[in-house]
Amino acid sequence: MAGESGMFMVHQTIGSVLCCKCGIPMQPNAANMCVKCLRSEVDITEGLLKRLIIVHCPECESYLQPPRTWIKLQLESKELLTFCLKKLQKNLNSNKVRIIHAEFIWTEPHSKRVKVKVKVQKEVLNGAILEQTYPVEYVQQDHMCESCSRVQANPDQWVAAVQLRQHVSHRRTFFYLEQLILKHGAAASAIRITQMDQGIDFFFSNRSHGIKFVDFVGKVAPVKSRNDKQLVSHDTKSNNYNYKYTFSVEICPICREDLICLPPKVAVSLGNLGPLVICTKVTNSIALLDPFTLRHCFLDAEQYWRTSFKSLLTSRQLVEYIVLDIEAVSSEVNIGGTKYVLADAQVARVSDFGKNDTMFSIRTHLGHLLNPGDYALGYDLYGSNNNDDELDKYRGLVIPEAILIKKSFEEKRLKKRGKPRSWKLKSLNMEVDDKVKVDEDKMNSEYEQFLKDLEENPELRFNISLYRNKEYQPSEMASVTDGEEVPSVPLDELLADLDLSEDVSDDDSMVE
Amino acid sequence: MATRLQFENSCEVGVFSKLTNAYCLVAIGGSENFYSVFESELAGVIPVIKTSIGGTRIIGRLCAGNKNGLLLPHTTTDQELQQLRNSLPDQVVVQRIDERLSALGNCIACNDHVALTHTDLDRETEEMIADVLGVEVFRQTIAGNILVGSFCAFSNRGGLVHPHTSIEDLDELSTLLQVPLVAGTVNRGSEVIAAGMTVNDWTAFCGSDTTATELSVIESVFKLREAQPSAIVDEMRKSLIDSYV
Repeated sequence: MAGESGMFMVHQTIGSVLCCKCGIPMQPNAANMCVKCLRSEVDITEGLLKRLIIVHCPECESYLQPPRTWIKLQLESKELLTFCLKKLQKNLNSNKVRIIHAEFIWTEPHSKRVKVKVKVQKEVLNGAILEQTYPVEYVQQDHMCESCSRVQANPDQWVAAVQLRQHVSHRRTFFYLEQLILKHGAAASAIRITQMDQGIDFFFSNRSHGIKFVDFVGKVAPVKSRNDKQLVSHDTKSNNYNYKYTFSVEICPICREDLICLPPKVAVSLGNLGPLVICTKVTNSIALLDPFTLRHCFLDAEQYWRTSFKSLLTSRQLVEYIVLDIEAVSSEVNIGGTKYVLADAQVARVSDFGKNDTMFSIRTHLGHLLNPGDYALGYDLYGSNNNDDELDKYRGLVIPEAILIKKSFEEKRLKKRGKPRSWKLKSLNMEVDDKVKVDEDKMNSEYEQFLKDLEENPELRFNISLYRNKEYQPSEMASVTDGEEVPSVPLDELLADLDLSEDVSDDDSMVE
Repeated sequence: MATRLQFENSCEVGVFSKLTNAYCLVAIGGSENFYSVFESELAGVIPVIKTSIGGTRIIGRLCAGNKNGLLLPHTTTDQELQQLRNSLPDQVVVQRIDERLSALGNCIACNDHVALTHTDLDRETEEMIADVLGVEVFRQTIAGNILVGSFCAFSNRGGLVHPHTSIEDLDELSTLLQVPLVAGTVNRGSEVIAAGMTVNDWTAFCGSDTTATELSVIESVFKLREAQPSAIVDEMRKSLIDSYV
């Protein structure tokens, strides 16, 4: 201030005084004592805690934040340092000591000791501020946290169970659902997953986890669910009720490629669709296509369950046909992203081929795919003995002799048999219920069928994660192909598997 | 020589006593110890007088004086004034002055020739100081402190000032006072010099917390060793031991 007003200021040279204790010349300070003497005179870490106890859960690597919060902390992390210093803070405040700096001193992880070097400041002897570092040792006392101890005591202790069921003869839907769940990590909080007859059971430690899972399934499949609870225990004094919740979720039995005979009511409500329709896609709604007119419509879960119906024939009853002649009737039509061409075809069952002259003139929606000589899969309505109430309700309905569903690549695939795929899928860690007898062969063939479906149908692959198969080596020899090739998954669609360790058990968490 | 002592467990001996070359004032205490230390050092040389000022014992901070005179604050009672007049030698002028800043000991620091005063003292007071004490008066601060009487102590032979005094200030003060000065502490690092000690030309009394280092600084700057009969021996020792000043 004086300098600004142009006043003359005498330069002040700081003199030196003798330290009052040891007599060495030094700059005057508040205590007029040199730092060494001050240190010897006062220990500012006196009364500060040097050894504290922190409660640590060995199972989930978390620490107890009193009174009852458990927080997950990594060793040597910033968060752990904050946690440690917070424990010290009260003690420092009561001693009027200010913390300046803190850092970890490395200790063996199994030593159960966390050491922190703390630098503190304190005002001593009429205003002199002294700084000192000292190590604080935290002893980890192992004490299992509540949730871990509950799991340890009885790992099967679930609060919510979701019973996912589909009353069909195959497990294709569940293979697909498994991939969806993995991709979205929907069952990450499940404590146990059990494979049951016609379904899967998911067990959760928390009701809200169960509800969240049910919501997820409701978004990817047309489901009907109901829930129930059972009183486990009851504390009259605190008015606490302990329940076990069960969610029963039923997935509609209509699957992709199923042939359906719509009930008259539904057919009318959908604008006289069908009544013979095929299901082209199942998401949270069902896509139906009339193969003779190429009309299509969507049926959402609510509409379906209002008047539920079953499929007339399912994909297990598909029969292989050979296309003898094909003639397009209409031009290409795009329905929901898929192209269809209505065509008249002459087909014969492969089983009849060369034995008799049974041929069928049919109409098909696959005119764009099929060429004379191709193989196709379809439903043999001519030879099947249908026992369906809905079909009987229609009088005078002309039932076609065959309905083609998809092109068959079976012949071509024969050549590739035994070779591994270039990709693979992950699977949920499922237990198998021992009460249910699982037909291993049937399951494997169904799984193989599911993998083939994935290869043939890019739309199906869209929602799930495929991983690169490390064991797969593309063959050196260039294979001679005759025109069309068997559909396979392009390499750029595959994800490189994040393989951090040998251990595959924690793979589930890495999907996404 | 410098002596270490305590007044009733307090090391601030400069608060409870006033030492000049002609007399020594000592506060009336519960115990006779404090008085007897002064008595044993000074008996037969100068009178040691037990007194109070304005009914208080903090006489060192309330009065200012040298061998020529003694200034007392307006709080001094007539009885005390009378008693002091009776006890002090005849050539010492005792004067009670009407100054708003009544802690004269804190506001005035003097030896027999020069006085440093608080910057806010009245002009009449300043004249009175010059007349009664027979000194030149300078309005000064020491290391930015206006209470010059508290933060320095000096005799006709040397002086000790606040430890934060810069070298320039030290030179200036030294020129004014015509005595060598040194920055230092008493009572183990206390910077309130005049409260921790009281000094005249041949002896000093310090608080019992004063360390050996501080004592040696005091003895050397006030030249107390030479003042003793054993001055020759001390002189020889001085050549052997390199003293601070």
